Amino acid sequence: MARAVTNRRKTVNTAAAWAIGLLIFFPVLWTVLTSFKTEAEAIADPPVFLFFNWTLENYAVVQERSDYMRYLWNSVIIAGCSTLVGVVVAIPAAWSMAFVPSRRTKDVLLWMLSTKMLPAVGVLYPIYLVFIELGLLDTRTGLVIVMMLINLPIIVWMLYTYFREIPGEILEAARMDGASLGNEIVYVLTPMAVPGIASTVLLNFILAWNEAFWTLNLTAAKAGPLTAFIASYSSPEGLFYAKLSAASTMAIAPILILGWFSQKQLVRGLTFGAVK
Amino acid sequence: MGRIVLERVEKRFGDVTVIPPLDLEIEDGEFVVFVGPSGCGKSTLLRLIAGLEDASGGAIRIDGEDATAVPPAKRGLAMVFQSYALYPHMTVRKNIGFPLRMAKLDKAERERRVEQAAAVLNLTEYLDRRPGQLSGGQRQRVAIGRAIVREPAAFLFDEPLSNLDAALRVGMRLEISELHERLKTTMVYVTHDQVEAMTMADKIVVLQAGRIEQVGSPLELYRAPANRFVAGFIGSPRMNFLEGAEAAKFDAHAIGLRPEHIAPSPSAGMWKGRVGVSEHLGSDTFFHVHMDGGAAPVTVRSGGEVDMHHGDTIYLTPEEGRIYRFDSQGLSIA
Repeated sequence: MARAVTNRRKTVNTAAAWAIGLLIFFPVLWTVLTSFKTEAEAIADPPVFLFFNWTLENYAVVQERSDYMRYLWNSVIIAGCSTLVGVVVAIPAAWSMAFVPSRRTKDVLLWMLSTKMLPAVGVLYPIYLVFIELGLLDTRTGLVIVMMLINLPIIVWMLYTYFREIPGEILEAARMDGASLGNEIVYVLTPMAVPGIASTVLLNFILAWNEAFWTLNLTAAKAGPLTAFIASYSSPEGLFYAKLSAASTMAIAPILILGWFSQKQLVRGLTFGAVK
Repeated sequence: MGRIVLERVEKRFGDVTVIPPLDLEIEDGEFVVFVGPSGCGKSTLLRLIAGLEDASGGAIRIDGEDATAVPPAKRGLAMVFQSYALYPHMTVRKNIGFPLRMAKLDKAERERRVEQAAAVLNLTEYLDRRPGQLSGGQRQRVAIGRAIVREPAAFLFDEPLSNLDAALRVGMRLEISELHERLKTTMVYVTHDQVEAMTMADKIVVLQAGRIEQVGSPLELYRAPANRFVAGFIGSPRMNFLEGAEAAKFDAHAIGLRPEHIAPSPSAGMWKGRVGVSEHLGSDTFFHVHMDGGAAPVTVRSGGEVDMHHGDTIYLTPEEGRIYRFDSQGLSIA
């Protein structure tokens, strides 16, 4: 018998869910609202919520002072390419771990994940020096490489989880049908794993888009993505809350919209394997 | 052509020997069934022939060529899996055509062969559906279709009917037998169901713990089992075994009696017992008889409807010349 849930209980649960949702969403909402205020209203005490003089001035100033489109383009290139290259590298890796595991496969997976626990700042210095040596500092290529590498463990893990759900017999059938290893991956495994691959791409695109530590440390004027764009407004001098908010809103809008439209896919992707 | 010869083939997983070295010859056009209880190595043996597992030793020859190190795709064999293993993202047409596409046949030829296979298997009207929209039996036919379009040297079946319900299983059993009659291609079929083995095989290979216990035609195995294991495994319901004093009378460690070779009577016979559970099927009646002084109940089959029930006294007489004798090693005594 299904567990009985009373109407009152339902109402309480719904209210609690909304409250938590709003709590999480509030900083984003506040940033967006602030971006439409004047600098004076932005720091008004008590703060004004909705009844202020709505203005687009901050956006105009931000656009005038820095080239938003260039940052946006950098973000798209860096997040897009690093995810794409990451997936291409990770598919064969995940294939081998899922379908021809060795005694060390679990260790390798854990080791890969452990690299995510390493404080990034610990390897900043060596990577910085390598970047100088290779002339990759402040280049999109350099950032694509770093982003791809730092997200690779997650990509491999996610794909590994999806691949594990695909029955090995189907791949064996492909082998019996005369498919080479390449054909097996291209014609059978990849199409079957499309939902999983899509979730992986989406999540890693978002992670790479939001990454700030490496982008701030390895870029200056040329290759900076939107995270660097926001950071350029957090100046210690003067009051620029409204402009900072406008810059932030412009930076998070694309990914927020992407996330909104793909939330079903994302939720499915993140819970895949957890529930069957 | 599809003559498969296994020479001293063995398989080990780490320190565990799954299949100790064995020899086996499968003639061209033969329908060979590997049968045995679960875990006896029959599927592993099939996968060794397919190339899905690498042999740890010995040689596998297909039509005289050493195929031991040849990858599965190049062995010219087709396999039908227990789970059907269809490609869920492809239509039936594409599923059946996949091996031909991999063989780089041109589109017209591919179409022609897919249509032909579909016609043979009554799948024509389902060609544009996906596997998810088909019933179990239809899926199994698609899997067979995918195997026959390749015109392989031999078909390998890995428990293909075990996911089907009983009625469908009987139907598919006939279809596969008919397919074999028509194609005359070598078929190697793995099952744990001795009824499937008996009804389909030209030659049965009985396996236990990776070893071949006996190879022979269904009736050879039925009439002259090499040992107690084969005697117990082949035949349904299984053979009754009596040990001790009764066996000693026949100068054996144990004697085996098939349920159909024991005549029951309400009035007179060699052994006396009491009817336990009786199963009245109409065409047959099975009695589980508790013999006086006997340990395990003896199963007896009687043709037609017999009016004896639980608790009735029953007399049993074994059919002459149908008493199987075994020594203490379990081997048949001639």
